[in-house]
Amino acid sequence: MSWWSRLGNVFRGNGMNRELDEELESHIEEAIEKGRDPAEARRAFGSALRNREESRDIKIFAWLDSLRADAILGWRRLRQQRITSAAAILSLALAIGACTSAFRLIDAMLLRPLPVSHPERLYIAERKGIDVTGHDRNSDAWEYPLFQQMRTAAEDQAELIAVSNAVPTDITYSSDQEMEKGYRQFVSGGMFGSFGLKPALGRLLTENDDLKPGAHPYAVLSYDYWKRRFGEDPKVLGRGLRIGNDLYTIVGVCGAPFTGTEPGTVTDIFVPTMMHPGVVQSDWEWFRTFVHFKRDGDIEPLREQLHAIMHAFDSERTRSFYGEPKELVDNFLKQKLLLEPAAGGASWMQDQYRRSLIALGVLVALVLLIACANVANLMTAQAASRAREMALRVSLGAGRRRLVQLMLIESAWIAFLASAFGGIFAWWSAPFIVSRINPPNNPARLVLPADWRVLGFAFALAAGVALLFGLEPALRASAVKPVSALKGGEDPHSRRRLMHGLIAAQVAFCFLVVFVSGLFVTTFERLSNQPNGFSAERLITLDTISQSKQPPAYWDQVAEHLRSVPGVEKVALCGWPLLDGNGWNGFISTNGESPSNQTLAYFLSVSPGWIDIMKIPLISGRDFLPTDVSPGVTSAPAGVAIVNEVFVQTYFKGENPIGRLFGKAGGTPGELRFKIIGVVGNARYRDIREPMTPTAYVPFHSIDANGSMRPQRAETFIVRTFTSNPLALASTLRQEVPRARPEFRVSNIRSQEQINQGNTVRERLLARLALFFATVALLIAGVGLYGVLHYSVLQRRREIGIRMAIGAQPARIARLVTLNILTMVFVGALGGIALGFASVRYISTLLYHVKPTDATILAVPLVTIAIVTILASLPAIIRAVRMDPVKILRSE
Amino acid sequence: MTKPDSLQGSLDLLVLKILSRKPRLHGYAIMSAIQEISCGVLRVEEGSLYPALHRMEEANWVRAEWITKESGRRTRVYELTAAGKKQLVAVEPRWRAVNSAVDRVLREV
Repeated sequence: MSWWSRLGNVFRGNGMNRELDEELESHIEEAIEKGRDPAEARRAFGSALRNREESRDIKIFAWLDSLRADAILGWRRLRQQRITSAAAILSLALAIGACTSAFRLIDAMLLRPLPVSHPERLYIAERKGIDVTGHDRNSDAWEYPLFQQMRTAAEDQAELIAVSNAVPTDITYSSDQEMEKGYRQFVSGGMFGSFGLKPALGRLLTENDDLKPGAHPYAVLSYDYWKRRFGEDPKVLGRGLRIGNDLYTIVGVCGAPFTGTEPGTVTDIFVPTMMHPGVVQSDWEWFRTFVHFKRDGDIEPLREQLHAIMHAFDSERTRSFYGEPKELVDNFLKQKLLLEPAAGGASWMQDQYRRSLIALGVLVALVLLIACANVANLMTAQAASRAREMALRVSLGAGRRRLVQLMLIESAWIAFLASAFGGIFAWWSAPFIVSRINPPNNPARLVLPADWRVLGFAFALAAGVALLFGLEPALRASAVKPVSALKGGEDPHSRRRLMHGLIAAQVAFCFLVVFVSGLFVTTFERLSNQPNGFSAERLITLDTISQSKQPPAYWDQVAEHLRSVPGVEKVALCGWPLLDGNGWNGFISTNGESPSNQTLAYFLSVSPGWIDIMKIPLISGRDFLPTDVSPGVTSAPAGVAIVNEVFVQTYFKGENPIGRLFGKAGGTPGELRFKIIGVVGNARYRDIREPMTPTAYVPFHSIDANGSMRPQRAETFIVRTFTSNPLALASTLRQEVPRARPEFRVSNIRSQEQINQGNTVRERLLARLALFFATVALLIAGVGLYGVLHYSVLQRRREIGIRMAIGAQPARIARLVTLNILTMVFVGALGGIALGFASVRYISTLLYHVKPTDATILAVPLVTIAIVTILASLPAIIRAVRMDPVKILRSE
Repeated sequence: MTKPDSLQGSLDLLVLKILSRKPRLHGYAIMSAIQEISCGVLRVEEGSLYPALHRMEEANWVRAEWITKESGRRTRVYELTAAGKKQLVAVEPRWRAVNSAVDRVLREV
């Protein structure tokens, strides 16, 4: 009761004071009534105020009361200094919001453990080796027969779990015309049990679904998909769905929090690995292997065991290699098996965005530091103007602790308000950034909970920030010596030294942020403006599929039909659009020798007219004719091919290749043979960041051993339209495809422009965010610089007045005011350059054809900072120069 | 914080004792009672009485209540709580023991 009443009394305030006064007053009156002399009675009682205070301290928590009083005082001061406070709060809010937002993203993408039992015992198996181009490469893709051997060997110590990528797949629930996309993932049935997952409905997959290839057509829906697609309808159990030629039965729904093991993607449908055609193939790497240990302890023994199994398997596999250069085979056998902790899951998005997110995190942390330095400077400047107030408080008996508390509470107010606004900013911005991570037709889905982790981070950040910018000024202000302060002069230089130091730090961080964002922006510009060798203008691509393979003649019919659609200029067919990430490659043999050149050549099947539509220049020879064919299997007769210039340089040393023969080695004995009929200009094939690769275009009509046409299941129509916005034709074209032949359906429709931009999503995101933060950093630093200069002019106005009075020129005054600050800016910029060079190492993988030593890369941040410095210092200089010495000296 | 007082320690005991004999007294009455009973030897300072009363109130030994007297003026009266009675039972023998011990020491010389 007492605790509560004391707590409550703190906030009763005046009511309690009145009661205390009334009781004491009634005592005196009682005394007078009893016949005592009124004056004597009052004298005996002593000071009413002291009595009241004494009782008051008993009735409340004194510290809490002082806290309350300071909080009110702090709030009043914030409101008095409206503009300064608003600037401080706004800049901090932006920085805190950005930091919280970055933390939410980093946490959700990289740190947060999967909602499974014992995530800390989860590891992922990787192969560490050297890739074709000679670089280190970690691969987490595995072959199923090897996985089976490893799973059996690890049985006692760990559960091995195979998990494929979750990829958008065409799913049919009723008729073929109503296909829809869903993220399907092949998983080991044992995963659900090992992860301790519970079904929300029906059953989950088990070890019994891992037995016989093709014999377990069961699907488990994720809770999210069940809710989104079926509205949590329990009747979904037993429903059928078709993917390709496989019919699945829905047997259950997985419990809510688990959305797969790939942060950045939410799995819709889990199906057993046994349904993947790759389970029986020793040369198909198509899934990740998770190792879920049954006990805590040393992982090394099992790693060695698994490595031995892998090595034996790989050695066996090299026997079936055909045509691979020897060095590659050696490297292949030197691969090492690693077990990496994977409590947070594993995904392509993690690999893709890990460095970007960390780089962004560092950038926003720098912005936060700049903002803190700024607020610290503002507070120091304010503290200077409050020296007299502080001195008065000390004279009245305020202890140092109390003064520090008073100042810190003001900081806490600023931090608290900034956190509140920052929280709102983070609430909005984190999902916004996630929505920008992937191209719009394949959005990233990241679970972004706002739970104790995020709240704890935000709280710790606010507290840390308040201490960071508040403690120094608070200690300084409380260390005031009343005598010197009340006399009106204290050594102002120590204060200015601190402020100058902060300015130098601010400039250094600011330089770093602007410098790094310059690198990101340049990377994005270089990537998007570099020539790709083809024209994406007015091109629309239709990824088209059919339920079963269709003869090439049917595909040609559809193409012919599309040519008659109004608005369509030209139509061609190809295996897939350029730059959409797909690739088909192999080693090249010339003159009938086995391949000695270690460069991989890329292949793409195209129809006649494709080169024309893509506006890839034909340098010599001719385009394909409708009668041209390519060999679909190694036993087929030689076909024809058109190659690019890099191909000619790589394999024919630049000699005229028309009429020459080459072979493409595959996994099987023998090779596909082609005769070169034309040479075209280079065009980027798979990824916009890759250099031009040797590329061979081969006829879309392919034949088998006895010369008959091979049917195809999926191709892409490339359409050049007359309109500048090709997507305007999208819905028409989507309908026209099945109208031409009902077997076909468009599964994906994109403009070539979209595909190209899809290659630079990460760079665009980084460039935009970095640019935004650079602007914020410059703005904050500019405001800080202005504040400090303004303050130093005020501080030195007496000196300036005297100097002017004895005839100093305005230029001298300007130099006097700015010299120190400019030195600091200079020192800061030097520090920034050093920081910048040191940081480049960590972000080099995010950059493209940019060197930190480029003149422009260095010049831009220097010039911007110089401009900001000039703009920020002009008002103070003008003020100093325009001072009227007479007025100043009179007022002093 | 309250400052040490000549009656420090014994003041609480006296107040508890007075209130145990006669509940619902206001501060002045308690003060007068102590003075009267001790024949004017023990004088309680007003400045110590009220902090003591408020401290005991916060410790939940006494509870207070505002009443309106016939004259129409409000006054605050105090009475013992159960905890206060227990405290009195605990402290009184201790005081007596100390008191007689001091007495013995003084007489021995």
